[in-house]
Amino acid sequence: MILWSSNRLSPSRTDMLLRRSLGLLTCLAASVVVFVIGFVLVESLPAFSEIELSRIISDDTWHPADPDNATFGLIPMLVGSFLVTFCALLWAAPLGISIAIANEFYPSRFMSPIVRRTTEIMAGIPSIVFGFWGLTTLVPLIANIQAPGQSLLAGSIVLGMMILPTIVLTTEQALHSLPNELAIAAAATGVGRFAFLWHVALPTCRGGILSGVVLGLARAIGETMAVLMVSGNIVQIPGSLFDPFRTITTNIALEMGYATQTHRTLLFLTAAILIAMVVPLMAVMQSLNTEQSHG
Amino acid sequence: MAKRPLSEKLDQLVGLLVRSSSALMVGMFLVVTAAILRNGLSGLSMEFLTTIPQDSGRGGGIGPLIVSTVLVLGICLLVSIPLGVGTAAWLSEFSGSRQVVTKSIQLSLDLLASIPSIVFGLFGMVVFCQKLNFGFSILSGGLTLACMVLPIIIRTVYFGLRAVPGDIRQAGTALGMSQTRILRSLIIPTAMPAIVVAILLGIGRAMAETAALIFTSGYVMRMPESVFDSGRVLSVHIYDLAMNVPGGETNAQRTAFVLLTSLLVINLCASQFSGRWLTGRRA
Repeated sequence: MILWSSNRLSPSRTDMLLRRSLGLLTCLAASVVVFVIGFVLVESLPAFSEIELSRIISDDTWHPADPDNATFGLIPMLVGSFLVTFCALLWAAPLGISIAIANEFYPSRFMSPIVRRTTEIMAGIPSIVFGFWGLTTLVPLIANIQAPGQSLLAGSIVLGMMILPTIVLTTEQALHSLPNELAIAAAATGVGRFAFLWHVALPTCRGGILSGVVLGLARAIGETMAVLMVSGNIVQIPGSLFDPFRTITTNIALEMGYATQTHRTLLFLTAAILIAMVVPLMAVMQSLNTEQSHG
Repeated sequence: MAKRPLSEKLDQLVGLLVRSSSALMVGMFLVVTAAILRNGLSGLSMEFLTTIPQDSGRGGGIGPLIVSTVLVLGICLLVSIPLGVGTAAWLSEFSGSRQVVTKSIQLSLDLLASIPSIVFGLFGMVVFCQKLNFGFSILSGGLTLACMVLPIIIRTVYFGLRAVPGDIRQAGTALGMSQTRILRSLIIPTAMPAIVVAILLGIGRAMAETAALIFTSGYVMRMPESVFDSGRVLSVHIYDLAMNVPGGETNAQRTAFVLLTSLLVINLCASQFSGRWLTGRRA
């Protein structure tokens, strides 16, 4: 919009200095992500020479610090991460989408402002507080049904609550960006509110809604502290909703404090795997968003 | 004729369904906050906020931990605000027509925002604690958090700068002001509310963080004497008391109360402030 800045013929020396130094700051800010990913990769590289890498799939237990009989199976924790994320999305995604629909299509003068404010505040509640609430309130409740209480169920409830605001806000934004002409055309042709919602609004905003769910998914996979406090942290593939489990993120948080050598390298490798899962999700989301803005 | 009432009924049913989803979320929020606030309020006093913890945190207060938290936040903002405002200013005012550069910078910031906090923890541990030799310290923790909050700060300030009307820039140019002067005396002051919101959002995000701090600022509960000392922040204290210290639950609840209320205040300020600022702009 404003091209004057680069078109100026003879900028003063201070202007040049300012432009250069701000450019330098920008380069620094843009390279932080390269440093973060780079250092994690460099620290995880020795894993390729220290052990046979297929063992992270073929070993079925995780005893990386055992001096005689070390095993490096990551599969139970990968499965734990996926299961808890899936279960959280299973309830948080439909709930979040319907809340966004309520805000956009069924507003109420009393409820809508309260819901908006709640969503905002909920997004700012720290994961440690959600985890602590889960540990002190939710886990005892579940333990009443079936011990020990620290379980896949507790993990997916807490995790779902944490990603709910993300899904609500993104979906609402997508529904809000719907061209006004569509609503006018629908009203003019006598299409009811529900028919418009079901046949026009939701299909049109598919990309934006999906990207909200993907954003929630990415957040859920990376979440550490809340899950750590309610999952029981036993390395096993949970057989039911009431079984304890461990995710790859909590595994890093629990073991990094004392890990050395191959064990430490493997934890960095886990972090690299985590990055490798999140980055494609981001790419998917970007493309969904573009598709939506074109559609 | 028979079709219309059916679709109206369907509409009402869906309305009921989606509105009860909203009510469910508000209910969940109230259950969580009420539990934390009610449990934490008992025995909370000025003394708890100022005295040193005793017996691994089971007794005593959280005085040194508040000091550590403030120091970590201070370092985080000291680094991230200049870096963030500078980057946002370049993106908004000086990037000109370099679309590819701008796009890739924004992509790198989006990526940075999507990286899980535990990964930042590992990064901070390797780079700040070990490579730069700061050890487990408040400095390492603050720098790690600065990397983490950078995307939020840049985005907020960037939108604030973009919202400054072009007339102001043109008026400044017409008066023969240098770009530096326009930025310093016109654009930045006009966009000040956005910078304040960015600071508040940064504090909110940084204070809520636990995973990135366990391996960077550490667990030590003593009163920090300098930023090179290890210092335990409030969130790490809750984690440690709840998971590793049997009998630490009461003090964990009080600490959670302190953390949650401060965050509620900060986030409410941020949303109030950005709301007023946005409506002011629209009017």
